[in-house]
Order: sequence, then structure tokens, then C-alpha cells
Amino acid sequence: MNTTNAPDIGGIGSPHKKLKKSSGTWIDNVKQIGRDYVKNRYLLLLLFPVLIWYGIFAYGPMYGVQLAFKDFYIKEGIWGSPWVGLKHFEYLFTASPQFPQIMKNTIIISFYQIIFGFPAPIILALLFNEIRFTFFKKVAQTISYLPHFLSWIVIGGILITLLSPSTGVVNYILEIFGFDPVYFLGTEKYFRFTLITSAIWKEIGWGTIIFLAALSSIDSQMYEAAVIDGANRWKQTIYITLPALMPVIAILLILRVGNVLDAGFDQIFNLYSPAVYGVADILDTYVYRIGLQEFQFSLTTAVGLFKNVVGFMLVLTANFIIKKMGQEGLY
Amino acid sequence: MRLTKGEKIFQWFLIVIITMLCIVMVYPFLHVLSISLSTPAEALRPGIHLYPKEISLFAWERVLSTDSIWRAFGITVFRTVVGTLLSLVFMSMAAYPLSRKYLPHRGYYTTFIIITMFFGGGLIPTYLLIKSLGLINSVWVYIIPGLVSTFSMLILRNFFMGIPMELEDSAKIDGANDIRILVQIIVPLSAPVLATLALWAAVAHWNNWFDAMLYMQDKTKITLQLLLRRLVIANMGDPMMPVPTEEEDPAMVKAAIIMFTALPILVVYPFLQRFFVKGVMVGSLKG
Repeated sequence: MNTTNAPDIGGIGSPHKKLKKSSGTWIDNVKQIGRDYVKNRYLLLLLFPVLIWYGIFAYGPMYGVQLAFKDFYIKEGIWGSPWVGLKHFEYLFTASPQFPQIMKNTIIISFYQIIFGFPAPIILALLFNEIRFTFFKKVAQTISYLPHFLSWIVIGGILITLLSPSTGVVNYILEIFGFDPVYFLGTEKYFRFTLITSAIWKEIGWGTIIFLAALSSIDSQMYEAAVIDGANRWKQTIYITLPALMPVIAILLILRVGNVLDAGFDQIFNLYSPAVYGVADILDTYVYRIGLQEFQFSLTTAVGLFKNVVGFMLVLTANFIIKKMGQEGLY
Repeated sequence: MRLTKGEKIFQWFLIVIITMLCIVMVYPFLHVLSISLSTPAEALRPGIHLYPKEISLFAWERVLSTDSIWRAFGITVFRTVVGTLLSLVFMSMAAYPLSRKYLPHRGYYTTFIIITMFFGGGLIPTYLLIKSLGLINSVWVYIIPGLVSTFSMLILRNFFMGIPMELEDSAKIDGANDIRILVQIIVPLSAPVLATLALWAAVAHWNNWFDAMLYMQDKTKITLQLLLRRLVIANMGDPMMPVPTEEEDPAMVKAAIIMFTALPILVVYPFLQRFFVKGVMVGSLKG
């Protein structure tokens, strides 16, 4: 063991051993740890600024979570504001006129996104996988990734242009087929449909990547054997391709369900308007509006905490289920 | 491979479907681009706009001669370039020590960082923190709070772990310390991963608008995305932007601003998308 404080020049193996469990007194232990820290001081010098950053910007906000149990007065600050126990939670679950509707919107929108948005890239990946013209396939894939890279503000601006009831091209086409113009972004009846459709449009191409990777790892001998047995394309898809995709599908689906309280803040916030709050207002948009525009800091911190705790439990459950299925867990 | 007749029909059927999909993907951008380049009368015509029938550069001249747009563009370029570089530096600084098995208390430090992937303070406490740090209305608010992405940092750490120890050992025998090893050996060997992470960070910076909306009340320091949001989505006028004259239509100017914001990404993405695709694979293999 290195007893000097000279930089360790790394005799083969020596620096890579784990901290030795010393059999001596605790003082020996402390000395040993001290020596290890001195030995690795450059590594620690690299690490500590980042740890400080985490302390401030990741753990700092956690200190403010106590506001969920306090009434916040700006003059008193976070620490000095008086404790009120579960008052804000009680209000949310028993008295708030909006909270039940917001929970309902969040879950409904999220479930629509899953039911319609989740299978879409799988189907597209299967279609891509069947194309024999490699060049065409590559170009089409690249084009389908395009909207993924743009922000919901750009996409929102484009949608407003395309869906305008007076000059928009979508209503122009609807009118050709004899339908009345529809205000897609401004009526409660169509708003969720518009949300789901535009989200699928934006992410369908990008979503295929992970499935195409899984598809490319299927052993082609399986298909050759199936052809000899007389299986046609459809049968090959049902009995070889889909079962091979199942593990990926299951993991992604469970993870998605674990994030059910995230219904897509960026998208909704840039597309909704007061006319559709009734069907479009979700937890995140509510927290922003009521918290930062109406300054109800404590109440919205409580909403945020509720969302975090439920989300955390859902993700843990999801991970547990994945492990139970015999897949490698994510954490 | 010889295709049977049924196969051929199936292939043509696929090509038709996928081509239609590609049209649906591209058309919205062509539409907005062609409106931005049209004459006002043409821009207001309902219907399909694939290309401008009569070209007018009016809207683009208006956009490109507006100071507030160039200022927002400059701020966005600044945050994208400086933010991405600083992110890479910071993430390497954490990823390297955490990838070395002999780092004392490595497990504790890793846990300290990974916990933040599960717990956060939420919007309001974060806002109050940023405010108490005096970052409101400072351009650094775009860079510092988002400096480290834990997910990217862990990908980098996993890559560093795969670099053979022998390289490091021989450098140590030559008397190099850990910082030199990181800069002169580890980073050059990790160029492909660093490039991928840089692209992720850069696109995220370019597209980010929420931090500007939350923390930036100073109109001269907002980002391009937020300016676009104010002008097009929230329909707030910009006092620095001249009122449209009668012969021009605000829709054209809006279309031009949308395309101006989207253009850098539209131009760059076909060449860089394979890096992103690779990144998805790396991330999915296990973060």
C-alpha cells in the first residue's frame, strides 16, 4: 500500500482495487480514506464542481418542496412561511373545482396518446421492413424523421396556418368533399383529436428507429425456414416478426404507461387556448398557469409534488414488472 | 432476389403508401415556405400551396431587416454554441471519475447523481431557486441550470468504462495526472460519442423556449423560439417590429419567421440524422 503522498504512478493493478476494508480501528479507516482521496485528488478535482452543480440545481429545488405544506409569503421566504399541514392537498382532492377535471384530462389525453400513438411507429416499422428498394427506404426514413427535430413552437405555428378555418388547407380539402369547415384548435370536440394526430405525425418516423433495430437483429434463417414450410408474408409477420419485437414493445409500453401523468406539456401549451381549457388543461399546464401567472406558489407546488410522487411510484412499478418478465430492468 | 408477381404488387403497394406518408411529412413545410415567398394576394388564397406562383421576397425582407429577430437569433446561437460546449466539458468532468473503479466512494457519488433522475422539485421550487440565485434576466439562465443531462452523462460514463485501462496505466507511468489523461487520451478516443451528445445538446438548446419564457423578462435577451411563440402563437405584437403595411399580409411575415426558425435544423438534419439514430441505439442498449 502506498504510504507516501506522492502521486500514484500506478503499479499494475494497484490503483484499480476497491477501497480495502481495513481491519483496524476507525482511525485507521479514516486515515485510509484520506490517503485514497489524496491519491485520487485530480479525479476528485474533476468531479466536485459537477457534484456542487447537482447540489444546487438538482437538490436545491427539492428544498423548496416544503412549500407544498406551507402558505408561501414572499416576505417570509421559503423557510419562514408558516406550516399549514395538508391544507393544499385537502383543497385539491375535496374542494378544488378544477383539479378533478385536470386529472381526468391528463389521463384521457395520455391514454389516447398511448392507444393510437404507440402502435403507429410499430406498423410503420413493419412497412419499412418489407420494402426491398433500399434507396427508396433510406430516403423515406430520413423524410419521416423530419418533424421530430423541430420544436412544438415551430410545429404549432405551422399547424395554426394549415388548420385555420378560413384560409387553412385542411379545411379547403374538407370543403371540396362537402364538409363544413372545422375549427380544429378552437373547439372542444376536435381539440384532442388534433392533439393526438399531430403528435403521431411528429413522432411516428422517429419512433420506428428502435423497432427497426430490433427487426434487423432477427435471424434471416427463420424466414428462410418459414418460406420452406410454406408460410406467406402475413404468416411470417405474425409468427416470426411480431414475437421477435415483443420484448421491445413490452418494455417501451410499460415505460410509457409509467409516464402517464406526462401528457405532453410542450405540445398542449403551444396549441391550446381558453376556449378548449375544459378538455385540454393538464397537470403541467395548470401548474404553470395557476402557479406562475396567478402566483399560487404553494398550491401548485402541492400539485407538482403529487405528480412527482405518483410518477415515481408508476416508474418503479413499471421497472418491477419488466424485471418480473425476465427482461433486464432499466435501473 | 427474384420477386414473384404477388410480391411485385405488394412492393408497389408499399411504395405508394410510403410515398403518401412522405408527402404528408413534407407538405406542411412546403406550404409555409411557399406562403412566405408569395405575393399577399396569393398568400391569402385558400388551398394548396406547393410553390409560390409569383415570388415576392417582401416577407423575408421584413424578417431579415428586423433587429429583434437578429438579436434573438444571436442569443440562440450563443446559447447553442456555448451551452453545448460547456455541457460537454462538465459531463466529461463527471463521467471520467465515475467511470474509474478505484475512485473512492464511487457508489455514493453515482447514487447522489442518479437519484436526481427520479426526484425533482417541480416547476415552482425550481423557479424560486433560479430567482434567488439572481439568474432571472441573465443570459446564463439558458446555460447553467441545464448544464448536465444525467442521461447523457451516464452514456458517456459507460463509454469511458469501455476504454482499456492499459492506455491509462502507461500514461500514469509516464507521469501524467488524471486531468491530462482525460484531456489527451480519453476525450480524443471518445470523439464519436461526444459528437452525438453534442448534437443532442445543440438541438435541445436551439429548440428550448420554456426557460426563456420562465426566466427572461428582458425582451432584448429572449430566444428565437420564444420570439416566434410571441409573434405567431400568442399573437402578441412585437413593439420592435414595424406594423405591417397595407400591401403585406401578416400571415406571410409569420410564415417567414417560422421558416427562419426552422431553417437551420431543416438544412442540417439530413446530414446529421445518422448520429441521432446511433444515439437512440446507444441510449436504448442501457443507459
